Amino acid sequence: MDTVIAIRSGSTVLTFLIFLGIVWWAYGRGRKDRFEATGRSVLLDDDDKPDEQRTGGRA
Amino acid sequence: MSAPAGTASVPMWDAADQGTYNYKVVRQFALMTVVWGIVGMLVGALIASQLMFPDLAYGIPWLSYGRLRPLHTNAVIFAFGGSALFATSYYVVQRTCHTRLFSDGLAAFTFWGWQAVIVAAAITLPLGYTTSHEYAELEWPIDILIAVVWVAYAIVFFGTIAKRRVQHIYVANWFYGAFILTVAVLHIVNSAEIPVTLWKSYYVYAGAQDAMVQWWYGHNAVGFFLTAGFLGMMYYFVPKQAGRPIYSYRLSVVHFWALIFTYMWAGPHHLEYTALPDWAQSLGMVFSLILLAPSWGGMINGIMTLSGAWHKLRTDPILKFLITSLSFYGMSTFEGPMMSIKTVNSLSHYTDWVIGHVHSGALGWVAMISIGSLYYLIPRLYGRTEMFSVKAITLHFWVATIGVVLYIAAMWIAGVMQGLMWRATNSDGTLTYTFVESVKATYPFYAIRLLGGLMFLSGMLVMAWNVWRTVRGARPVDAPVLAPALARA
Repeated sequence: MDTVIAIRSGSTVLTFLIFLGIVWWAYGRGRKDRFEATGRSVLLDDDDKPDEQRTGGRA
Repeated sequence: MSAPAGTASVPMWDAADQGTYNYKVVRQFALMTVVWGIVGMLVGALIASQLMFPDLAYGIPWLSYGRLRPLHTNAVIFAFGGSALFATSYYVVQRTCHTRLFSDGLAAFTFWGWQAVIVAAAITLPLGYTTSHEYAELEWPIDILIAVVWVAYAIVFFGTIAKRRVQHIYVANWFYGAFILTVAVLHIVNSAEIPVTLWKSYYVYAGAQDAMVQWWYGHNAVGFFLTAGFLGMMYYFVPKQAGRPIYSYRLSVVHFWALIFTYMWAGPHHLEYTALPDWAQSLGMVFSLILLAPSWGGMINGIMTLSGAWHKLRTDPILKFLITSLSFYGMSTFEGPMMSIKTVNSLSHYTDWVIGHVHSGALGWVAMISIGSLYYLIPRLYGRTEMFSVKAITLHFWVATIGVVLYIAAMWIAGVMQGLMWRATNSDGTLTYTFVESVKATYPFYAIRLLGGLMFLSGMLVMAWNVWRTVRGARPVDAPVLAPALARA
């Protein structure tokens, strides 16, 4: 029973540490630009633009 | 043709290989969302009327409240909400991964399979076949069909992610993916039944464990079916309609994982003051309170996307739907943790306050973000730039919003009143009110609730007309697969 309790407590602490790691990863200074570029990428994907603009670069 | 020089890290782009996106299955699910929305809400209005006029069914058993209530919940959650999730997830995963769906055949199977599940529910529930687990009433043969369709859905969705043409998996897909994966686990564990006959089975769980499995499933159905999937919608359609990137992409990463780590533990708040062990009840309450943080983080991330472009809200009724839905999401995810606090729960539980809370989430958040997303989606699936009538969208917005507010305000007042009446005691310890006195006092609020529900339903009818006029005579369009932005830069 003690082992079970230790595993339960340990897994709780471990997942919490993983979560803190994710927060550190998300807000790390070096990754800011890449994340923001990903955020902008959905806006560049637009059918409403005329064909030449949309397919520019592979015409 | 290859990608231009200077983008060597991006996979080679060959336009000839790509063809078009599969919009057919998106169109099918999008149109059925409107149909099932009307059917589900109509049944809701019918049972709301039965609470006012108990003899309305004239003794016909398959129209009785007890059989139609699960039909209402199944229709709005799984038929209306489910179709909206299928439609938008298939659209978003293709567009953000820049590739056609993994399998057209399996995608078509998920459409027809899901419609078969809904029709089977609409037949068996009024006939009185039920497993008794809330939001999982369908009997075992239908459970098996749901599991098969869901596995096909997972293969199509994750298969599309696997063949994506961009490195990063956009955050909306993380939410859709979590929704698909978790609902599979929830459905299979919660459907562990031993069949006795074709339409009768018994759960393998018993007593307090059965209750805990039921609400582990039930609350995570709220958390993953009715929240995570629709947050996926938010992370795609709010930026697209606002024309601005999500307020903070980094917050969206933390939002996702915070939600995933906490939602699973909140279920026991449905079982406070029951035979469930006390520590489990407290655990459920504490995790429900923690949930306020990721919920509001996501809500703020969505609403602040409009930062600097608030003026668009004045003129764009689709944005009105999307942003108002987030306001209702914020309201109901504040209300939920409050109701999970044991002292509040002792007043609110079993009263109509709970019904009000559910509908501020279901109508205010789930339905309104789906409606807004569909108004964005449907013209694009038929080669049009906008819906037939933008004024009708504005009308729909106001009728729906006033309807929700009437509905939830009536249920708040009714619920608090019921809680106070039920707990009131005289100085000698006897109850001050009989139960039927609280029913009588609730009567006027049932009338206001019915009015609010009918207003929301009439908004859906306006939408149906608008959709009909938009797609009638229009040519279905399958847009060509776009090269990723980086390859086109």
